This record gives sequence, structure tokens and C-alpha cells, in this order.
Amino acid sequence: MKFARLVWANLWRRKGRTVLTLLSVAVAMFLFATLRSVLTTLAASEQVGSESRLVTRSAIGITFPLPEAYAGRLAATDGVSAVSWANWFGGIYINSQNFFAQFAVDADTYFPMYPEVRMPPEQLAAFMQERTAVVAGKGLMERFGWQLGQTITLQGTIFPGDWDFTIRAVYVPDNPSFGDENFFFHYDYLLERTGRFVTPGWFILRLGDPSQAAAVSARIDEQFKNSRAPTKTETERAFQAGFVTMWGNVAFLVRAIGTAVFFAILLVAANTMMMAARERVHEVAVMKTLGFGDGLLSALVLVEAVLITGVGGLLGIAGARLLFGATRALSSILPGFAVAWSTVAFGIAIAIGLGLASGAVPAWQAARLSVVQALRRVA
Amino acid sequence: MALVEIRELSKSFYRDSQEIAVFHGVNLNIERGDFLALMGPSGSGKSTLLNLVAGLDAPTAGRVTVDGAEVTGMKARTLAAWRARHIGFVFQFYNLLPVLTAFQNVELPLLLTGLSKKERREHVMTAMGVVGLTDRAEHYPRQLSGGQEQRVGIARAVVSDPTIILADEPTGDLDAQSADEILTLLQRLNDEFGKTILMVTHDARAAERAHEVMHLDKGVLTR
Repeated sequence: MKFARLVWANLWRRKGRTVLTLLSVAVAMFLFATLRSVLTTLAASEQVGSESRLVTRSAIGITFPLPEAYAGRLAATDGVSAVSWANWFGGIYINSQNFFAQFAVDADTYFPMYPEVRMPPEQLAAFMQERTAVVAGKGLMERFGWQLGQTITLQGTIFPGDWDFTIRAVYVPDNPSFGDENFFFHYDYLLERTGRFVTPGWFILRLGDPSQAAAVSARIDEQFKNSRAPTKTETERAFQAGFVTMWGNVAFLVRAIGTAVFFAILLVAANTMMMAARERVHEVAVMKTLGFGDGLLSALVLVEAVLITGVGGLLGIAGARLLFGATRALSSILPGFAVAWSTVAFGIAIAIGLGLASGAVPAWQAARLSVVQALRRVA
Repeated sequence: MALVEIRELSKSFYRDSQEIAVFHGVNLNIERGDFLALMGPSGSGKSTLLNLVAGLDAPTAGRVTVDGAEVTGMKARTLAAWRARHIGFVFQFYNLLPVLTAFQNVELPLLLTGLSKKERREHVMTAMGVVGLTDRAEHYPRQLSGGQEQRVGIARAVVSDPTIILADEPTGDLDAQSADEILTLLQRLNDEFGKTILMVTHDARAAERAHEVMHLDKGVLTR
């Protein structure tokens, strides 16, 4: 601690340079925290699906609907204990910037299928009694400042026209990766407004015995193999993972950008420390004359470097956590998006490593500096 | 036994594989409480001799013993600790750290000791008092005159109560009046506090303040 004042004084020797370097590190670490959080959120979303639920969709693709009549046949399949279904709605709220996921669901069967989606029973009851009612996530309510009982109008894209909905229930998910910015309404409403010109987008099946998932899936797909709408059935977790793998190249890109950012900032920090060390060659020589050892001088240089990158890193990472926590800026695109504590800890460790790496050369130079030559150079 | 014993000390430099001898076989004793001035033309090796006594440079041959400890045989790590305890260095260009106040500059050598903050403050203020600069303790070097900076440099040299003060051209960058003040201060440190001083100078008037004057020229040390 007795050397703290010396380190502090040296840090502010060139205020502009220190502040700019600190900000560079802060911006880089903000970016790092954001990019890593994208990856951790993607990874977490793979875990959101249950192994005890199957999803049956068209074998041609997720955008191709399935006949409603499949519901009965699926329910009758050996090993299936319950069936529900849903549709992607894709409406616009005020403008296309306000993206959030909207699903038309079979209300009687959908929510019993998802016990991890929690809402007050009286709200669920109110939702069930009204055809235009909506269950909205808590995050969505906060994002748009909605209130229970409020009427929301969506502009349909797949299903044209203005669609009015009344918010009757607000849910909170047990697992953040489920997302709290979803919007669920009655499939019957969709059916009615479209003149029954709609069929389910996908079916969700509850298994009596999760260990039978593969056998049941095979049995279902075999059943519809030669029909006009063949199916692809998999566990909900695999279904979610399929979405995540669509991000595969993005994940690689995110990692590549993160690595590039890391090395760029390493060079910035190393340059700052090299400049600072070069300016202080004479002072280091004087301190050696006073009896400061090589190890102590190296440590002082390293502490200075770690302070710059550490504080910068902390600012950037804490800034990212606070900003995304407060604004939920990416949670509509990536449900559950947040800068996790593990990312904060990892980021700080990287910032400290960055400081040690950037200070290593100047520290080594300080240790091997010849006092006589350094003093003679100035004289 | 003399405080400083220099025996058969030689120093050579190599420039483009050519050996250039600075001095050869120098012998010198400095008694405790002595004030010795070392004179000689530029390039005669005065500062090199000073650096060898301080353990800042290694001789080509010979040995230097200070207060019974052979400096020339010490390893770098031991030397740093030894220097902190036994050597007070006064530079020609003061060499204060510009980011630290006068107080903090004087405190620097004490950071290497086990003294508490309170004890360090007492020592620093005593040293600042000796050089007559207690009222400038919170000033930065840029806010001080050359003479005041050198007085702070001297306070820094004496604050840890070293065995010997080595002064390398302490008045070389000062006007006549400031130089006179600095020399008076060094003389006082020697007379009142019994400090042993080895001062390199090529100013004859400065050398007059010493008890003894030695001349180093063409590698030969004479009285």
C-alpha cells in the first residue's frame, strides 16, 4: 500500500493518455461482454426445451403447417400423454423495430404443457374466457409500459389486417432462457379471423415416459411418412438446438471478432505502457540508485498496467451488465439475454491478463535497465 | 579500518571491441566522517569511481569495501538492498520525480524500509528541516528553483541516514549563490551530523569546502 501513491502519481502523469487507454479498454471489454453474452445466451437457449416434450413439425420445413387432424392421431399414438399446438403470428406492434415473438396457441392444452410458465390462476382464468385475450411476458409489459386490461393492436404480416388483443395475464418464466417477452393468444381467434384458413404450425407432445422419446418420435414420423404432410419429430430440446445451430456461423464470427478485439486492445495497452516506460527510463535509473530492486520496479510497472486494463475492463463489463440489464436491448431477439456473472468474472480475468501481458515487456526492460547508461544518457 | 577501502581498482570500457581503460590500480581510503572532493577533467573517470563505490557499476578488477562489506562481490539483489541502507546519492541534475511532491520525493528511500507512515513523516520532515525546506514540502519540483530542488535531493539522500553520501557534481547545474548554499549545506552535514561525503566536482571553489581533495587524471589518483 505504501507504493500506492507512487503508482497513482505515475498513472496520472499523462492524464489524456491514461484516460484514452482506459476508455479503449472499457469499450473493448463492453464489446467482449456483449459478444460473449450472445454466445452464452445461445448456449443456454439449447437447454430451455424439455426432454419430456416432443415437437412435431413438417418434414419439409418449420414454415409449412400441418393438418389440424393430426392432433387426434398424435394423441392416440402410444407413449404420448398430451398434445397441444401453436402458430407463429409475426405481427408488427406500431413499427417493425418493436419486434417480439407472438404465438397463437391452443389455450386449453398449451399452458398445462408448460408448468415452468407461471402466472396467477385468476389471470389465466380471465385469459381462457375471452377469445381476444393475451398472455404477455413480464419483460414485454415493462418494455412497452403495458397494463393488464390494455388493448394492443398488431398489424398482421402473415395474416393481414389489424388485430386487437386485450392483455388478461402476465407470465414469468422459471427459466430465463424461455424469455419473458413472448405474446400468447388464442389459436381459435386466429382461426376465426382467417375464416378457418389456418392450420397448426407445429405440435407439442407430452411423453408418458421421457426415455421413450426416440421410439415415439420414430413411430410418429413413420405414421405420417407417406401422407401429404410428412412430419419430423424430435425432443423439444433438440428442436431448440436446431434453432441455435442456425446461428452456428454467427457464433464463429462472434468468437473471431472477440479475439480480434482482444489483440487490438492488447496492442493499444502495450503501446501505452511502452511509451510510459520509455519516458521514465531516467526515473527508473534514479530509483535503482535509491535502492529500489529490479523485482519491485517490475512489479510497480505491472501494477500500473493492470490498474489501467482492470479499471477499464471493469467499467466496460459493468457498463454492459447495467446497460443490458436496464434496457433489455437484445432480449427481444435473444430471450434471456443478459451479461452473466460468469462473463463479468471472465472479463475481469481477461482484463487483468491483458494488463500483465501489456506490462510484461516494460517491466522486463525496467528490471534490466543499466543505471549508469541511463543516467549518462540524460547527463 | 577506513570506512571506504578501494584496492587495485580498474575499470575499462569496450568500444567496437577496443578496450578503453578509464583507470587502473586505483587505491583509496576514506575515513569515517571525512569530506573528500574528487576532481579531474571530464572523462577522467570521477563519476565512474563514484558509481563503483555505490555499486551501480562493476569494476574490471579490484575491490571496493564500504563499512566492512565488499560491494564488488555483491549480487544485484543484495546490492539494491545494501544501497538503500548505506548510500545517499546526490545528482548533478537533482533527479527528482516530477510527479511527486518534495515530501514524496524525500520519502521515496523510506518506502524501502519497514517504517510506519507516521515514522516516515517524522523522518521526512526532519530531513526537510535540515535543508530548510519544510514550507515547500507539498510543492512539486516544477514549483521549486534549481537550488531548492537540489536541497530536496540532498534531503532525499540523507533521510535514511546512510553510511556515506556520494555527490556527483552537486553544484554543476546551479548559479554561484545556489551552489554556495548547497556546499554550505553539505559542509554542515559533515560537521554537525558527522556524515562521510565523497563529492565529485571540477569546480575548485567547491572542492575547497572538503577536508581533502584528490585528483584523478589519466587514470592516476593523486592528492
